[in-house]
Amino acid sequence: MKLPLSWLKGWVDPGLAPRELGDRMTLAGFELESIASAAPAFSGVVVAEILSAERHPQADKLQVCRVSIGGTELQIVCGAANARAGLRTALAQVGAVLPGDLKIKAAKLRGVESAGMLCSAKELGLAEVSDGILELPADLALGADLRAVLDLDDPLLEFAITPNRGDAMSVQGLAREVAALTGAALGGPDCEPIPAAVEGASAGSPAQKSASVSLSAGTACPRFHHRVLVDIDNARPSPLWLRERLRRAGQRSISPIVDITNYIVLELGQPMHAYDLDKIEGRALDVRFARGGESCDLLDGRTVELAPDVLVIADAAGPVAMAGVMGGVRTSVTPETTRVMLEVAWFAPAAIAGRGRRYGLTTDASQRFERGVDPELGRRAIERATRLMLEVAGGIVGAVEVTEVVAEDGAAAVRRAPRVTLRPAEVGRVLGLEMPPDRVVELLSRLDIQQVDGTAHPAAAVGETLTFQSPSHRFDITIERDLIEEVARLVGFEAIPVIDARAVQPIRALPTSQLEEQRLLDLFASRGWQEGVHFSFVDPVLQEQLFPGVPSHRLSNPIASDLAVMRLSLWPGLLRAAQENLRRQQGRIRLFEHGVVFPVGAPEIDRLGGVAVGGRRPEQWGEDEAPSDFYDLRADLEALGGLVGQAGGFEFERASLGCLHPGRSARILRNGRPVGWAGELHPRWVRELGFPSAPLLFELDVAALTVEYPVFAEVSRFPQLRRDLAVVLAEEATFSSVLEGVTLSSSGLLRHVFVFDVYRGMGIETGRKSVALGLIFQDKNSTLTEEVIEGEMAAIRAALTLRLGASFRE
Amino acid sequence: MGDLATLLRQALDEVTASTTLAALDEVRVRWLGKKGAFTEQLKALGALPAADRPAVGARINEAKQQFEAAVESTREALAGAAVEAELAAGRIDVSLPGRGEARGGIHPVTRARLRIERIFRDSGFEVATGPEIEDDFHNFEALNIPADHPARAMHDTFYFPDGRLLRTHTSPVQIRELRKGRLPLAMIMPGRVYRVDYDMTHSPMFHQVEGLVVDEGVNFANLKAVLQGFLRAFFEKDLRMRLRPSYFPFTEPSAEVDMSCVFCDGAGCRVCKHTGWLEIAGCGMVHPNVFAAAGVDAQRWTGYAFGMGIERLAMLRYGVSDLRLFYESDLRFLRQFGAA
Ligand SMILES: [Zn+2]
Repeated sequence: MKLPLSWLKGWVDPGLAPRELGDRMTLAGFELESIASAAPAFSGVVVAEILSAERHPQADKLQVCRVSIGGTELQIVCGAANARAGLRTALAQVGAVLPGDLKIKAAKLRGVESAGMLCSAKELGLAEVSDGILELPADLALGADLRAVLDLDDPLLEFAITPNRGDAMSVQGLAREVAALTGAALGGPDCEPIPAAVEGASAGSPAQKSASVSLSAGTACPRFHHRVLVDIDNARPSPLWLRERLRRAGQRSISPIVDITNYIVLELGQPMHAYDLDKIEGRALDVRFARGGESCDLLDGRTVELAPDVLVIADAAGPVAMAGVMGGVRTSVTPETTRVMLEVAWFAPAAIAGRGRRYGLTTDASQRFERGVDPELGRRAIERATRLMLEVAGGIVGAVEVTEVVAEDGAAAVRRAPRVTLRPAEVGRVLGLEMPPDRVVELLSRLDIQQVDGTAHPAAAVGETLTFQSPSHRFDITIERDLIEEVARLVGFEAIPVIDARAVQPIRALPTSQLEEQRLLDLFASRGWQEGVHFSFVDPVLQEQLFPGVPSHRLSNPIASDLAVMRLSLWPGLLRAAQENLRRQQGRIRLFEHGVVFPVGAPEIDRLGGVAVGGRRPEQWGEDEAPSDFYDLRADLEALGGLVGQAGGFEFERASLGCLHPGRSARILRNGRPVGWAGELHPRWVRELGFPSAPLLFELDVAALTVEYPVFAEVSRFPQLRRDLAVVLAEEATFSSVLEGVTLSSSGLLRHVFVFDVYRGMGIETGRKSVALGLIFQDKNSTLTEEVIEGEMAAIRAALTLRLGASFRE
Repeated sequence: MGDLATLLRQALDEVTASTTLAALDEVRVRWLGKKGAFTEQLKALGALPAADRPAVGARINEAKQQFEAAVESTREALAGAAVEAELAAGRIDVSLPGRGEARGGIHPVTRARLRIERIFRDSGFEVATGPEIEDDFHNFEALNIPADHPARAMHDTFYFPDGRLLRTHTSPVQIRELRKGRLPLAMIMPGRVYRVDYDMTHSPMFHQVEGLVVDEGVNFANLKAVLQGFLRAFFEKDLRMRLRPSYFPFTEPSAEVDMSCVFCDGAGCRVCKHTGWLEIAGCGMVHPNVFAAAGVDAQRWTGYAFGMGIERLAMLRYGVSDLRLFYESDLRFLRQFGAA
């Protein structure tokens, strides 16, 4: 909300510099967003009158004007069509500096001397667009400095108003806050009733010309003021002061009647509407909800289809306005309008809230109605508007008519500020700042929140309560906590102490099984992986390619079509990031991510995933360049396995997942349960996605990474013996089947088996391979003998021959 | 057999002429061995008159010892030289980089989050998380934001066709934790949140951390202490803090938290728009309606809550200027942040 300081001063004068006032308001909950002047900097511009305007001898579009600035006459060449004798306008004299640092010099235009420039509103930075030079009132003193006469150095303070404070979205509302904060006296303009004019003073009696109003949706609109003005002149321009105030609020002048309805919103916070009385079909308006199939042509030129929960003002021919949001074209006021009907209604916030936004409309009216307008403001607003309209557009007024729906208790069914009870001790309990009851009463009274019951004497009994009545515009105050908030705001948050209240906490469980995230991330970081964070929504096309047929959550309103579905895996985001990095000439990529994925019909799953592209090692001296492969990835995963478990932690079983190379991918198991995948991207997608080599991918369920805690086993004091065994077997036989054969056939003396070579070629027939094993034997209780070891080896050889058709090399 | 002095000179010359340990050893054996000159001299003693024997024997032994001492010192010199030669030959260029894997790193937002978690954990807070696809009740209703509430306009929400949504803040986790009924509690709730907004200063996905403390008698003064303590710990600076009244539907009173600018210490600079203050968090006392929705007895318990943007903390901490860099996974950007 932009507040010109000059306008505020018409209500309350806090006697503070603008910045100081802004800071005070900021610390009371109305954040100062900016301070600006009412116009950008310019100088040397004065009020001038055009004495004569003659066609330029050399140019059709130019006029040569003689202008007076009071005592001095100057010759000015001007291109504006509205330059005419008798007009008072703005003259930038020689030496003037206009916005954009434009310096005005004496010039010759097509051979004619010009001692300055007549200015448009746009040239002075007063408007975005303008048509011709500025037209000023005839009573402005010639030669007077324009900034001074228009008060263009008036500071404009822009405040952010929180959604709970609709009552502060006006000059009046902010003035009330300033008065409460500073103690300065609050004034305001004349809103006294204006009686209806005598009948017969004009062509038609206003009373006869009036329209009738009915309130069919009584809960949504229980109170409606209206009044008729006839014989108005809406064709004349609005006065300068009115146009200037609207301009400072960022609004354009349209016509006197429309300008005043807009002015009243800014000044009092009461949205209102003016209809062309002669365009209301049947001279009757009803406030009701829209009916099926109805639409309305709005003032902004759009036609909206009205849903049945949209409140409308309708005449006999249908909706003429979207209630509380925007009026319609059919009954709109135009310069030719001579009879208007003014509407000042109270709409329940719930009936307006969200309706405008649904159609992309956020208007001054809807913003205020959905936050709530003071239900007692209508009467003052319509009188204030009438006074201004009579002053600006003339005319004859009819009586104010009030249509009201009455609630069961006999009062109007508008929202009223309830009485609220406060326990003074609660202030201290919530704020940590003890406050005597009389101080609470004094603070609240500054906001016109009056104590109506209870004893506020400092010596009042403990447990004594106080009851308060808020003014009608503060119906947001409904519970005790609302009063405490107001107390805190007025006393200032600075006044609340800083009290460290930490007590000793009970000692909490620390489960060993829980892997600390820091350790998990550090492990990968220390092995060359870089963590990335990617959007949870991914490209539906890529996701379908990787996981065909798997359903995913689709957003109703994605920011882009390639960010439209929730990820099923971390891979779509990682692969995209890898592509982007290749584009940035990053040859070797090892990216990992930790985050949730979103399967349909199941809870979100916490995952750790990664993508690696390029060399096994960063390019460096002393190491051959080799592309990284499955086994490099597996080493990293085994390191993770070592972090969480005793013996490697993970098993890898060959399995195929559509998007991975079927011969180079594995399902990862832990304690026999599947926990993830690792492998090369399928060659088809390697090509399709334009990777120079196959990316390696992995993904693991983080929940499965529970830490097993270690258990001690006796260390044997007897020597260990090593035997090597070269097992020759079919290419298809897996290492895990060899391992199984070895471990199942040996007694408990075999401590450890490892593979130290896999060989194919000379000496081995085609289709077979040689796997070289190192076998470590050790007994707990004695030194092993050759005979025992030989027995063990024979059993192992026999088992491998039997199970896998293995032969053995020396 | 020559005269002893000549022999000794000859032997010593041979020692001096030895350039390797092997050659020296050969010289030593030759002179001291069974057939060595010194041994021969001693054998010849028997041919002398008995009275001369002791004196001559002593001279021979003296010469022998002199020889042995020369061998020993030459051996030491030669051994030293050998080590020197080995060292000289084995010299390497230590300025060459080490081999092996390069260092990876942790994302700056994660890094900031882990630091936040650490600070609060050390102060007795627990860390809780919740789902990112939420329902209207947890994200809005229970937080005192009914349908069509004007505050919903501040949350541009991603929706799914079934009416569920991507959480717009981490506050729904508060509701989930409160409804477990385990009071008192002190916890922080970090996580990803989503808003329909994408430009220089907004990302459709970002991270928040929410804090919640519920106990008998906790108050606004305690909230101020926790926030001030956290900000000073996170930035390792003796920051000033100010609270401005604001509005959040789920807290009352509510406040925006400003801290003195970390770049100019409050003097005013471009980052703080010359105000000396940086907006860093929102906070307040838990609204009674939120307690009611979560089944917490507001007569017995009070609570405070606060929320911060982790990206904002990370940007201020590491001086990152553009929010969007966090999500582009540009390795040249990420590599600037080593492991925490
Ligand atoms: Zn600064």
